[in-house]
Amino acid sequence: MPVRRARGAGNIGDVIFEWACRGAAILVLALLGAIIVELFIAGLPAFRAFGLPFIWSTEWDPVQEVFGAGVSIYGTVVTSVLAIVLAVPLAFGVAFYLTELAPVWLKRPLGTAIELLAAVPSIIYGMWGFFVIVPAFATYLQPWIIDNIGELPLIGFLFQGAPFGTGIFMASFILAIMILPFIAATMRDVFDQVPPVYKESAYGLGATTWEVMRGVVLPYTRISVVGGVMLGLGRALGETMAVTFVIGNANRITTSLFGPGNTIASLVALEFGESETGSLKLASLLALGFILFVLSFIVLAVSRYLLRSRLKA
Amino acid sequence: MNRRSILLGAGAVLTLPLAARAQGASITGAGATFPNPVYQKWAEAARPAINIQVNYQSVGSGAGINQIRNRTVDFGATDAPLTEQQLNEANLLQFPTVMGSLTAIVNIPGIENDQLKLTGPILADIYLGKITRWNDPRIVSINAGLTLPSLAIAPAYRADGSGTTFVWVSYLAAVSPEWKDKVGVGTSVRFPAGTGARGNEGVAGTVRQVRGAIGYVENAYAITNRLVTTQIQNKAGNFVKPEHATFMAAASSADWNVPGFAANIVDTAGPQSWPIVAPTFILLPKNPTDAARSANVRKFFDWAFKDGDRLAQELEYIPLPDATKTAVRAAWSAQFGA
Repeated sequence: MPVRRARGAGNIGDVIFEWACRGAAILVLALLGAIIVELFIAGLPAFRAFGLPFIWSTEWDPVQEVFGAGVSIYGTVVTSVLAIVLAVPLAFGVAFYLTELAPVWLKRPLGTAIELLAAVPSIIYGMWGFFVIVPAFATYLQPWIIDNIGELPLIGFLFQGAPFGTGIFMASFILAIMILPFIAATMRDVFDQVPPVYKESAYGLGATTWEVMRGVVLPYTRISVVGGVMLGLGRALGETMAVTFVIGNANRITTSLFGPGNTIASLVALEFGESETGSLKLASLLALGFILFVLSFIVLAVSRYLLRSRLKA
Repeated sequence: MNRRSILLGAGAVLTLPLAARAQGASITGAGATFPNPVYQKWAEAARPAINIQVNYQSVGSGAGINQIRNRTVDFGATDAPLTEQQLNEANLLQFPTVMGSLTAIVNIPGIENDQLKLTGPILADIYLGKITRWNDPRIVSINAGLTLPSLAIAPAYRADGSGTTFVWVSYLAAVSPEWKDKVGVGTSVRFPAGTGARGNEGVAGTVRQVRGAIGYVENAYAITNRLVTTQIQNKAGNFVKPEHATFMAAASSADWNVPGFAANIVDTAGPQSWPIVAPTFILLPKNPTDAARSANVRKFFDWAFKDGDRLAQELEYIPLPDATKTAVRAAWSAQFGA
């Protein structure tokens, strides 16, 4: 509730301050709106040229000037979702350990370490992935997976192909590590908000730690946890540099998780420098930007909606 | 802008006499990444020599073309030449500055530098995904004496749009009709097979890490990073190694007498020609908004033609033949007067 100002105080400083703050707030809104509108207008030639099929067309041929967003939307969604699948159990473990199991002296340093992980620049993750993880994975783990799991019925097709190291799976793996701290930090904060009396009551009834987690903490924080996951998803969708290093950058949809692919952000980053003003390619890249904006907006809006009760409190 | 550049220059080169700094003119350029190392070297050496401060940003050929079209820089730089029509539309003069060569790099166990022999059509079929193993009969038959393993070929390409890719696919299109039909030529194309990596360092890294990989990089990059290069069969049917003599042979057999100096130096006919050589170009407005700056751009490249060859060769670039330099100077005079 806004605080009522004393009437007739006539303090010019207050008025200036109020308008400066209002201006700052409006500026952000205006910037956001301008970016959306600008992206849409700049991408319009692509939408006009290819129509709605632009969204699912898998063609991306700069020579013939035929462009479609299908492969990169697919890559964006698959890598982000897979990253969530990998990161959530890990983040859950981290958050649960921090709030319930860790000795008090360890909680702070461990929590800070998790938050520091979020501060590592994404280019570092990209280079670390490309020069350290990819060769190690391609040399030691991937051939074994391809030879053994790749031969299994039903799920085998997901793990076939040449052991490049890079590809959809590696991109998801690096993304999972990048979004882990965001999800873990949110989970830890909401787990901490569960009133101790609930947990103590459950323990008093003889529940095990796991039962308390499943029966009390998780139901109480369910929605906030989902909101935190969505925040991580939002970050994964737009991640550019790290993904570009390790995804293999091919405009193909492969059934294997080890196959190369691309994402909206990586494609835009790679192709932007060689796109001429007024070309259909540039329009298509900006249209891709618009699509990514819409995707991220939806994810963020959903997470805000789910987190709204916690945010109010 | 002007004053700031001079100040920056002053900060960087404290050893220069004060008077020289104060009078120095400054020009800006943007574009191709491929000639960036030699442009930077030239810029460094030209400052004391002719008192011109050159600020070159290697933002990519496409972005360079955009910037010179909008006249936000004094000169643009591109690896893929503009067509005569594009030049006329944008009112630009195009001229070459220096040449570079590409080499194929491979990672096959037991194969050392310049041992493996490849041909243009084989390279095209590898990148088309039609030849998939190193012991393919077509590769084995021209490599008697080498034991090639039954290893999957993993082609790596530049994922970012680049002049390097333009030159490489120009060559593939020149030697393979199927490549020309199915894929075509551009700074980024739809590669039918393989995996993309960012920049020369990405392609080199992929080739180093993946057994059975093949990639393409600028020769300078292959040399400084000690990558394993191959011999390639040229148009005359000879297998040639990537070395200075074969590059020069290619350069001298090129026909420069084409609009915009857009000489095609891939797959040239000379018996010793290295097949994948390409010039890189500068774009200069025919109607400069500031005639003095335009004159300084020409002064800079005139100096580079005269005194820059050694620097270019140190970086594994190939200087233009003297006749071409003369022709470029003639084009300047015809456009801008003496």
